[in-house]
Amino acid sequence: MDGKADGIDVAEVAKLARLELEPDRIPSLQKEMEAIVGYVNMLAELDTDQIEPTVHAVDRVNIIREDVPGEPCPRELMLRTAPATVDDELVRVPQVLPGEGMA
Amino acid sequence: MMNGSDPVTLTVREASAGLEHGDFSSTELCRAFLDRAALTEPKVRALLSLDPEDVLRQASASDARRKAGRALGPLDGVPVTLKDNIAVKDAPCTCASKILKGFVSPYDSFVARRLKDAGCVLLGRANMDEFAMGSSCENSACQKTANPWGLDRVPGGSSGGSAAAVASGITCAALGSDTGGSIRQPASFCGVVGLKPTYGRVSRNGLVAFASSLDQIGPMTKSVYDAALLFDLIAGHDDGDTTSLPGDSGGCAADLAAFEEKGAGLKGVRIGLPKEYFELDGISGEVRAVCEQAKETLRSLGAEFTEVSLPHTKYAMACYYIIATAEASSNLARFDGIRYGYRSPEAADINSVYFRSRGEGFGPEVKRRIMLGTYVLSSGYYDAYYLRAQKVRTLLRRDFEKAYESCDLIFTPVSPVTAFRFGEKADPLQMYLSDIFTIALNLSGDCGISVPAGIAAESGMPSGIQFMAPALQEKRLFRAARAFECARPQKEFRASL
Repeated sequence: MDGKADGIDVAEVAKLARLELEPDRIPSLQKEMEAIVGYVNMLAELDTDQIEPTVHAVDRVNIIREDVPGEPCPRELMLRTAPATVDDELVRVPQVLPGEGMA
Repeated sequence: MMNGSDPVTLTVREASAGLEHGDFSSTELCRAFLDRAALTEPKVRALLSLDPEDVLRQASASDARRKAGRALGPLDGVPVTLKDNIAVKDAPCTCASKILKGFVSPYDSFVARRLKDAGCVLLGRANMDEFAMGSSCENSACQKTANPWGLDRVPGGSSGGSAAAVASGITCAALGSDTGGSIRQPASFCGVVGLKPTYGRVSRNGLVAFASSLDQIGPMTKSVYDAALLFDLIAGHDDGDTTSLPGDSGGCAADLAAFEEKGAGLKGVRIGLPKEYFELDGISGEVRAVCEQAKETLRSLGAEFTEVSLPHTKYAMACYYIIATAEASSNLARFDGIRYGYRSPEAADINSVYFRSRGEGFGPEVKRRIMLGTYVLSSGYYDAYYLRAQKVRTLLRRDFEKAYESCDLIFTPVSPVTAFRFGEKADPLQMYLSDIFTIALNLSGDCGISVPAGIAAESGMPSGIQFMAPALQEKRLFRAARAFECARPQKEFRASL
């Protein structure tokens, strides 16, 4: 973290993020990301060794509740939002494992 | 039809009184807003969707309840507009994104449930920057919203549609969400009141998550009193949000009414001026002038100003953009084209469902932030970025704790500039930097309010001021804001559309 951020591998980050990028977008995104990462690198100036991180703005400990079943959102309602279903009962996805496809 | 009441300036408080006294029915009230929307929406485009029949159905049900003496409370029949990232059962919830185009929510958010239980009429879905990422609404994948005060200018963002809906007078009030200023900045740009409650005070259950440790829902209204009324309604514990705090708002509207009866003065109230904020180069002359005038007004009310220091201010933006993008990249992983939302028709196997659906479904700013967040969380960088930012967040919180030792409230501008023109801020980093006065509050988790203060001399656009207070001190905020509202030289903020 030296105030510069050269050489971000945009294609690799996109792979981690499961994002397909238009190839002509990569150079400009690289420039923008390097400018922003270069800017946020200013945090390296601060000595934070002895500082506790803030995970949440308001400190909370584990919240315990009675172990009783709640009322979940009905299955048919949730399935209505799926892009594709099988007989309105299952979410349909393309083939996951190699081999013969399902009908 | 409305017995002389002007729907454009009609507050929640006035609408509630009018309904109670029988001056007008909810149906008449909602019809007046729908008529107004038919006139202004072609120009302003604050709403992504509006179902007039549904609005009138809700209004008529409210009228029937009231007629039968079974009104659900003082706000029964009052219309409120929700930002399009707050879920309402059977209503669209798109976050102004292609990836959620056509999505209809199967359930109510906690706040929608609260509004419905109080009898409020939910009127329309407000435009926003895609997934609340932006400061101008220009990142909406659906439409650009214009500022009702100047149609060539942005309404601010990301809750720009909510702000423009209230300012153009097509609703009584709205709810927005604030992750780095997304309620307060558009409120300032559009001349309305906007509250960012204490983190955890309002349940995030049913709010589409952007940055979970920063997001908070809050009211956007025509008056400070209205903001207190709506805050009372939506605040409170919810088992459905693990970060929800116990207790409720403690009755802010009643407190405000008592405060008004006592004359609404600020004698003895110590207001801190953070020197690092006012030393910033980018504050425009006209915003500075509005702040100076506001300080005079506050002094005349008896408030005392004292300089305070928030020494880590220059690191706030960097800290924010690491935490917000890291959390966003994680939250938005759920949009994978499998269970809901857009699925690319081109995708033939499971990986291309992920890559293509996300690639085609997300807009440029959302992609940029997912990329940044993925980068700062990636192997080998976590300690250098995310963990370090969380530690700097602690330093920023300590700054505020220290400052509040010598003051009750902190006073700042909301934005260094008034509403800018479309396309004026093209560079993403420059756009991020315009949030400098609002982001620290989300990092600290405290509460803040934006109140219209005046019309800026050069642009002729409204400009707000911001009060910040320690966590759970919303009453303190409302009192100062209400006292200021009563005493400010410019009494009425009404966009001439």
